[in-house]
Amino acid sequence: MKKTDGVLFAALIGVLGVFPWLALNVAGISHYIEVMIFAGIFSMVCLGLSLLMGYAGQISMAQAAFFGIGAYSSGILTAHFHWDPWLAMPVGALVSALVAWLVGIPALRLKGHYLAMATLGFGVIVHIIFDEEVEWTGGPSGMVDIPGLAIAGWKISSEVQWYYLVWAVTLVMLLFCFHILHSRVGRALRAIHEEEVAAEAMGVPTARYKVQIFVFGAVTAAIAGSFYTHYVTFLCPSSFNLMWSIRFVLMVMVGGMQSLWGAILGTILMTFVGNEWLQVFADFEVLVYGAILLFVALFLPQGLVSIFRREPAVQPEAVKPAGDESL
Amino acid sequence: MARTFRVGKGGNTEVVDGVWLATDLLQYTASGLTIGAIYALVAIGYNIIYNVTEIINFAQGEFVMLGGLFAVFFLETLRFPIVAAFFAAVITVGMVGFAMERFVIQRARNASVLSLIIITIAVSILLKGGAMLWWGKDPYALPAFTAGAPIMLGGAAIQLQALWVLAVGALVVILLSLFFQRSLYGKAMLACADNPSAARMVGIRVRQMVLLSFVLSAAIGAAAGVAITPISLMEYDRGALLGLKGFGAAVLGGLGSFYGALVAGLALGLAEAFCAGYLSSGYKDAVALILLLLVLFFKPEGLFGSAEAAKLKRF
Repeated sequence: MKKTDGVLFAALIGVLGVFPWLALNVAGISHYIEVMIFAGIFSMVCLGLSLLMGYAGQISMAQAAFFGIGAYSSGILTAHFHWDPWLAMPVGALVSALVAWLVGIPALRLKGHYLAMATLGFGVIVHIIFDEEVEWTGGPSGMVDIPGLAIAGWKISSEVQWYYLVWAVTLVMLLFCFHILHSRVGRALRAIHEEEVAAEAMGVPTARYKVQIFVFGAVTAAIAGSFYTHYVTFLCPSSFNLMWSIRFVLMVMVGGMQSLWGAILGTILMTFVGNEWLQVFADFEVLVYGAILLFVALFLPQGLVSIFRREPAVQPEAVKPAGDESL
Repeated sequence: MARTFRVGKGGNTEVVDGVWLATDLLQYTASGLTIGAIYALVAIGYNIIYNVTEIINFAQGEFVMLGGLFAVFFLETLRFPIVAAFFAAVITVGMVGFAMERFVIQRARNASVLSLIIITIAVSILLKGGAMLWWGKDPYALPAFTAGAPIMLGGAAIQLQALWVLAVGALVVILLSLFFQRSLYGKAMLACADNPSAARMVGIRVRQMVLLSFVLSAAIGAAAGVAITPISLMEYDRGALLGLKGFGAAVLGGLGSFYGALVAGLALGLAEAFCAGYLSSGYKDAVALILLLLVLFFKPEGLFGSAEAAKLKRF
């Protein structure tokens, strides 16, 4: 972890720590705690996606499907089989990882457009399964009777407790992502993003690393799905459809693909936009999402964090042709 | 509904059931070919843009949706006759394609593949959102192009509109073949597809050809949309799935190949109709997508494309 990242991490802990106190004491924003719980859950989904998009340079339009696999695994195991939620969660993550691995091995041989379409198709198939397997998932009318969470017999009941739990998990994941970035895998990912053929020629097993990150993203999404399930205690296939996959991509894009901080920033911002500020637009929020996505892709491809960055994401030295120094 | 082949005591029952089976088969084939023609048209739309620009336009399915809904608007609201409504819808959506290229794609000429994917996805949800704003969430119907009772063919009822869908499909394919083989513009577009810089050197305006490819593919998508609406209705959120399945047909037939798209589109429609008839109607949408994934995973150059050529393409 770099020094600036360490400072930012400490600052984030500080801000997140005092936020509930602030929300409860300023009139009219106490429900912001609930919005922030969702932001924390979605951040888990987006951290994995950020590594995949920003660092491995691959796009996945199936993140909502893995979110859903985690959610429904938890829902089915706890509601139908009365498992303990804490046991169901790793099982859901494992199922998600296995599916991601099976899909990822052939899919990540594809590039660009083909990969986007393959993950998109996969996401739609998973959504159809959620809709059709009524016996297990409750189908379009939804799934109820899902228990909440308890830690050592102590039930997590208040919003503030949920808030701290979710963000604690998110921050641990963030630390883990930084760890990945500064490991061998992270360096390999950056190499893949810069020039895949060159990385391959240098002996970097690009395909294996890409699949690993894809699986990692599926696991973080599934864990997020489990928390979502036990927090909301109601599941409905429309929470895991194509539009949600697009929204996760949008969250990562808005903040900035090539920064984990961007993923967190974009997720919090877009969750507030979706859950709070766009409520007046009701159904037509999809238009606003389209407009934001188009604007960011055209005019702000590095996201909001690029405004705060003094140096460009790619060091100018790195792109200077060799022999330039002689001039 | 699948009918089981019951073995009766007398020979009579068997014959009756045999006829039932044949009738079902014919009925499913007819509906499969009809929807397959639509997938083929969507696939051709992808191919036209892909050939000239190497972009996969994720908004392709929305053109189909817009075609259907604009036809409803021209027919019901403006009281156009059906033929005029058809062409008005095709032209209007063609202009949507024009606007998309002129105001969005052209601005993103130097964007990465990742950005282009996100940009066309953004356009697709803008079109979808716009359609919802204008038409609401209800499905809309169109009358068939010609009124009349279904044709009975060996016990299967074939709607007249199904014949119109096939006719529109055939007409588009014939006109496109003529356009690409005989007209100067068509040949210029093919030249851009082969080698854009060489095309530019011999004086072809590549930018104009890119624009034309978007207009053409939007118009073809719209024609498919108008033709299918009398059979399956149309609503604002149908675009994504139609687009995905059409893309399945495009890949199955080998991206860039028109005749491949035609054959693959029909095959995909048949596979879907047989699944709906004999297996499960709930999973019929998944069939085309599973085929899409299988082709992408195991034969990304498509059934009729060449692996050598696929390696040269920039996806």
